[in-house]
Amino acid sequence: MNDQHIASAFDRDLEGIQAQIMKMGGMVETAISDASRALEMRDVELAEAVRKNDKAIDALEEEVSADVARVIAMRGPTASDLRTVLTVLKISGNLERLGDYAKNLAKRTSVLSEMPAVNGSGGSIRRMAKSVNLMLKDALDAYIQRDVDLAEDIRQRDAEIDQMYNALFREFLTHMMEDPRNITACMHLHFIAKNLERMGDHVTSIAEQVVYLVTGEMPDEDREKKDRTPFVTAPDEV
Amino acid sequence: MNDMRVTERTMSNDIKIAANNVDVFYGDNHAIKGVDVEIENKAVTAFIGPSGCGKSTFLRCINRMNDTIDVCRVTGDIHLEGEDIYAKNIDPVQLRARIGMVFQKPNPFPKSIYDNVAYGPKIHGLAKNKAELDEIVEKSLRRAAIWDEVKDRLDAPGTGLSGGQQQRLCIGRAIATAPEVLLMDEPCSALDPIATAQVEELIDELRQTYTVIIVTHSMQQAARVSQKTAFFHLGELVEYGDTGTIFTNPSDSRTESYITGRIG
Repeated sequence: MNDQHIASAFDRDLEGIQAQIMKMGGMVETAISDASRALEMRDVELAEAVRKNDKAIDALEEEVSADVARVIAMRGPTASDLRTVLTVLKISGNLERLGDYAKNLAKRTSVLSEMPAVNGSGGSIRRMAKSVNLMLKDALDAYIQRDVDLAEDIRQRDAEIDQMYNALFREFLTHMMEDPRNITACMHLHFIAKNLERMGDHVTSIAEQVVYLVTGEMPDEDREKKDRTPFVTAPDEV
Repeated sequence: MNDMRVTERTMSNDIKIAANNVDVFYGDNHAIKGVDVEIENKAVTAFIGPSGCGKSTFLRCINRMNDTIDVCRVTGDIHLEGEDIYAKNIDPVQLRARIGMVFQKPNPFPKSIYDNVAYGPKIHGLAKNKAELDEIVEKSLRRAAIWDEVKDRLDAPGTGLSGGQQQRLCIGRAIATAPEVLLMDEPCSALDPIATAQVEELIDELRQTYTVIIVTHSMQQAARVSQKTAFFHLGELVEYGDTGTIFTNPSDSRTESYITGRIG
């Protein structure tokens, strides 16, 4: 198939909305890494900056929605063009949610920085955030390269994020049982871990959009789910 | 992705017309190359493709309109409900009463609205008396969604109607002989968007009763009105399938290039 439309303005429209996705993706990557660094370094100013920057991500999502509506109305996209437009819309929604979770992480950082640190938790959260961010970077690469194999790899990697969450869940439960003064901090940290786990799901959704974009079919839902926390009653069960 | 849920697009799944290895030559020009296709009963099938791809030529094979062109030669076979339409014992005139046709430009006879519709049933002897003929005319014009607009001036010339009305009159004329199949060669290309929408609505109603095949240059029209789409390119049938699939996930890259508006 030829890459170029007869109407070159159509190509520019499609390139435009995809460029917005990449820009949005870059902003979200920065938000996630800044938020996790702020948490680890107890950097309240950086956390505040992450919260402020989320507005720009939200604004970009609205811009993408408006542009997608315009492309649908004016160009009547079909086949791979239609899938491009649909995936742009969905991915912008995923990125917007990822931005919200990063913002929430930053909010909790402001509170946590006032409290004594919970032993060892900072490093685990940082590693989890780093893994999620790497998944996101790869998902955006897979999107722009139309790389189904990489997208499939990302879907499988979500299980590792789930396992990290299981480990943190157990760790926080243990800290809370050992010393009730840890409860407030651990509750916040647990929400952060849970949010990171949800971020992994949104990144997985982006990877699934890549598979749909290229093949025209959604991937089979046969991934292994590793989040066992819904069934836990004591730390040693995770 | 199954987007066929968007509107009800049920199909009977019986085959009305089966074409086997059809080739058409205009003198030395090989216009249709080995086309095999099965057209479903009581469904709308759209033929799409760039100019000169052979879609109209193939459409005209189905009611033997190409017989009227001296240099045109058709090989292979086409069956209408199992019957070979190119067999020696088939009368093309009778065949065309079973397979009606509507053309690109509305072409009413220079006669009254009534006579335009009554002409076919008269020559085929479908009405025993004037009352029956009146009934056929009314029924056909109602089916063509134009009755209310013309019932008070059936004696006025058909050529005095607007373009959209003329085209619906021609559709009424085509269905007056109670055909089984309706061939439409770009029926909306001379109409404005409102008249086009009316004809498209009509096509959707007609498929309750008829098998409709429509040649169109408007991809959006094919997507709107048809259940099946066939893409022709350089005389070949490149891809044939459910309209929803063709427009969301075609399997041939040439189809994709054409429907997305890329250079093939």
